[in-house]
Amino acid sequence: MELERRIEQIGSEALAQIAAAADMAALEQLRVHLLGKKGLLTEELKRLGALAPAARREAGRVVNEAKGLITERIEARRRELERAEITRRLSREVIDVTLPGRGERPGGLHPITRTLNRVVELFGRIGFEVADGPEIEDDYHNFEALNIPANHPARAMHDTFYFEAGTLLRTHTSPVQIRVMERTPPPLRVIAPGRVYRHDYDQTHSPMFHQVEGLLVDEEVGFADLKGLLRDFLRAFFDRDDLQMRFRPSYFPFTEPSAEVDIRLPAEHGVSGWLEVLGCGMVHPHVFRAVGIDSERYRGLAFGLGIERLAMLRYGVDDLRLFFENDLRFLAQFR
Amino acid sequence: MKFSERWLREWVNPPVDGAALCDKLTMSGLEVEQISPAGADVSGVVVAEVGEVGGHPDAGKLRVCRLSTGSGTPLTVVTGAADVRKGQRVPLAIAGAVLGDGRRVEKAVIRGVESHGMLCSAADLGMADGGAADTPLALPSDAPLGAGVRDYLQLDDACIEINLTPNRGDCLSIAGLAREVGAEHGCSVRKPEIKPQPPVHDGRLSITLAASAACPRYAGRIIRGVNARAAPPLWLRERLRRSGLRSVNAVVDITNYVMLELGQPMHAFDLARLKGGVTVRFARAGEQLELLDGRRVTLDAETLVIADDEKPLAMAGIMGGRAAAVVDATGDLFLESAFFTPAAIAGRPWRYKLHTDSAHRFERGVDFELPVQAMERATELILQICGGRPGPVSDVADRRHLPLRAPVRLRRKRIEAVLGYDCAPEEVTRVLKALGMIVEPAADGWRVSPPSYRFDIGIEEDLMEEVARILGYDRVPSRAPGGRLNMGLMPEGGGDPLLRLRQTLIDRGYHEAITYSFVDAGDNARLGDPGATVALTNPISQDMAVMRTSLWPGLLKALHYNQNRQQSRIRLFEIGRIFRASGKETNQIMKIAGVVAGDSAPEQWGLQSRPVDFHDLKSDCEALLAAIPGVTAVPAHHPALHPGQSADWMAGGDKIGCIGTLHPDLYKDLDVKGPICLFELDLAPLLVPPLPRYRPLSKFPFVRRDLSFTLAADIPVQKVMECVWTGAPEALRDLQLFDVYQGEGIDSGKKSIALGLIFQQSSSTLIDKEVELMVAGIAQRLAGELGASLRE
Repeated sequence: MELERRIEQIGSEALAQIAAAADMAALEQLRVHLLGKKGLLTEELKRLGALAPAARREAGRVVNEAKGLITERIEARRRELERAEITRRLSREVIDVTLPGRGERPGGLHPITRTLNRVVELFGRIGFEVADGPEIEDDYHNFEALNIPANHPARAMHDTFYFEAGTLLRTHTSPVQIRVMERTPPPLRVIAPGRVYRHDYDQTHSPMFHQVEGLLVDEEVGFADLKGLLRDFLRAFFDRDDLQMRFRPSYFPFTEPSAEVDIRLPAEHGVSGWLEVLGCGMVHPHVFRAVGIDSERYRGLAFGLGIERLAMLRYGVDDLRLFFENDLRFLAQFR
Repeated sequence: MKFSERWLREWVNPPVDGAALCDKLTMSGLEVEQISPAGADVSGVVVAEVGEVGGHPDAGKLRVCRLSTGSGTPLTVVTGAADVRKGQRVPLAIAGAVLGDGRRVEKAVIRGVESHGMLCSAADLGMADGGAADTPLALPSDAPLGAGVRDYLQLDDACIEINLTPNRGDCLSIAGLAREVGAEHGCSVRKPEIKPQPPVHDGRLSITLAASAACPRYAGRIIRGVNARAAPPLWLRERLRRSGLRSVNAVVDITNYVMLELGQPMHAFDLARLKGGVTVRFARAGEQLELLDGRRVTLDAETLVIADDEKPLAMAGIMGGRAAAVVDATGDLFLESAFFTPAAIAGRPWRYKLHTDSAHRFERGVDFELPVQAMERATELILQICGGRPGPVSDVADRRHLPLRAPVRLRRKRIEAVLGYDCAPEEVTRVLKALGMIVEPAADGWRVSPPSYRFDIGIEEDLMEEVARILGYDRVPSRAPGGRLNMGLMPEGGGDPLLRLRQTLIDRGYHEAITYSFVDAGDNARLGDPGATVALTNPISQDMAVMRTSLWPGLLKALHYNQNRQQSRIRLFEIGRIFRASGKETNQIMKIAGVVAGDSAPEQWGLQSRPVDFHDLKSDCEALLAAIPGVTAVPAHHPALHPGQSADWMAGGDKIGCIGTLHPDLYKDLDVKGPICLFELDLAPLLVPPLPRYRPLSKFPFVRRDLSFTLAADIPVQKVMECVWTGAPEALRDLQLFDVYQGEGIDSGKKSIALGLIFQQSSSTLIDKEVELMVAGIAQRLAGELGASLRE
């Protein structure tokens, strides 16, 4: 049959061309050539109308079969070409993922701030609120009200910076205790971080450094609470529950009894022996008297922490002066 | 306070070793700072007597001595020491001996002469500062021949240094330490008997207490015919050395010894150089005194002096004067043993920079019942060492002014409340009695009278601390404090608003700096506000002389430091106070400031580098200010900033900070490389941002129209934005400035600006016609008010 031969001829040529189509455009061209409005097979279908009804059915089947096969092959080839195209694109788009990311690189908090924040956060957890006071202080708040009258030998331990006006740079954060108690009735839980100043400058002393003052005033508190509070704090601060701590009698004019607190760090910290980390005591009745708090009813726990010392121990810094040189090579280690 | 362990153990000898003794001292509040050996662990060094001394046949500087150790044949030793005399007793290291530094002494032939040992100096025996390094240590003539020198000199002793707190003046003596150690260990103290020295003549000097509130007690005694040249014996010098004091002469050494032993500072005058009697009085302002150390001081009226009928002879309790000092020729002494009140001495040593051992003790309080005992003890030693004939002791006292030792009430219940644990009554009594207190029972506890040597017991809490520290702070339990859980109010941005600000800058590449609050006056004047500067009266140095009026001097110094260390891209910020004088007050204002230098971005592969500029920094400020509405930067002049690149930050009509590029004039002065941009903002407005208020979101799409126009180049963009917003239709929701251009294609003196106008309504979709009308209105206003011409 002439039609069948023709269709077979078209079909086998078409299949070979489809298989050989190099890209989507060639394939589309083929599709139009074979199946488009004026395509070879479309023309064959148009011609069927001229046949006798019996032959028309058979011829229709043949043409439609061929059309179906070709459509299917074109589709298959399309998918093949698409896949190849994606593969090509992927290999074209390979980047060096090891190149560093673009843009800004973050800086960091100063280790002193980091340490201060840690202390404040820990006390904040148990209800201590942050209090603040001036750095240029008067003699009354820095000394007198803290039971350190003029000429007291304890003043010799506070090498003080003075101003013409008779004011001074606070030598400790303890005056904040006085300022808080002057304006707020007990019960009190406050923590006062800040800069303090002493006229002392050498390898192990900086004329400016940081302290955190803590004060708790309530009815039912005693020396044992102070000990427990500071033990919990030191363990939490160093994140070690095997930290050893000892309370050692000491003297501060504004507390009685007074203690210094030593700790012993686990061996991996690389420092041995007892290390003094803070001073503390029960608020002296004379201090309560100065701020008008009844010392028969209330008792106070007070403590002062040296932040540089804690930062040095926690981060292994061995030179105090690094904190104030602001060397980027140092600062960049605290991100 | 430094002392010899052996000396202390003569007074009190608890059955523990030195380490345990020291540990207990530390744990009862007398912090042991240092323990050092009194001498080296030498062996084979014995007491020997120098026999024949002759020259060396072959060496002019060497000498050959024969030394006897009491038994056997005398040994021959070759020595380089010049001062070797026959009959002298010296430490001899016999061949085989081991010295302090580990050296082994061997038999040697020195230039043909066999030497069997070596004469030892104090240094060889590890007695630091005990004498010249090349001179054999002179031993007493009764030192037993052949005895081991280490035993003889008791070199197996420790020098213990304790860091005494200022309340414990009573422990500045062996006697005081012995009391303390006795109480700590519960053992008795053997106080050596002090025998009164009977007078052998009745010579007295008149003593007048003209300031009896400052000096309520003064004991004096004349000792005639002393030999002031007498050599202080080795045992005395050794005790002083082990206590950290240098030997001066016999009389001074003895008074120092009594001070160390009993705690009473004393002073000896040359009687012959005293005119008339002695008076204890306050100096007349302007009076002069030449001190023992040769310094001449002008006295003020608050300084207590010992004067004769003519002039001040000593600064009472602090330092003696030269005029009546004991010298070699002195024959008759006037010995002083007095009580000066702490108030009369305190502060003066600091004022005159005279930190003497005597002043240190009187400032803290010396036992006012001690002067006569100390006098007898010193007399005994003077007679023993310098000879002489004592007169009677004149003990002049004004009892009204001696310190009171009023009983202190101690309530048992209060002990538990304050310390947090209950002490057995017997323990309380035992501890307080061991510390020399008089303890009487009372209804609710005790009545306790402190002894004359304690100046730190005035209230109940003082007694509690005594009990707690002697029983050991280890006894105090650890307890978590209780209390009510009160939750206060919290403003928006609460928690830690500072952390938020810090984090903002850190995310933008800044490192936080902490710089000194005091800066160089010149830097501060250049960068801050010289008119408002407060200066320290006693600065550490010139570059820390004034309080900063801006954070910039410190930040620029840190920048300079880093630029000098090969850092080129620097971004630093600081949060801290600045100090500005305002009338008599000083305002102490918290600021946040930053300084940047180098490239706008870190060096990297995908970005073209360019130097950081004003607008990079402005973006950092805007990030800090994001939560505060209506903040604008307006052109301003600041002496430290580039006049064309500086602005003030304004919020609601108030200046809250400034920003700019460092003035070109300043780079050289500050030794920094630019360009450098800086900002400083008040911290307060940033801490509590306003509470955000929700506005409903529109359901309808927005429409954007871009408007591009040219206008005079000197019109600030801020003005353009304001012009658009003023009278803008309600539907205008946002303005997006997306281009500013000046240059080719634009007439000179003009600039081109491109704005995205974003319109949206809450109730309906905008139709094109409405939008076009609104855009036209805006364009018209820009043309009318700012002379803008639309670009097509």
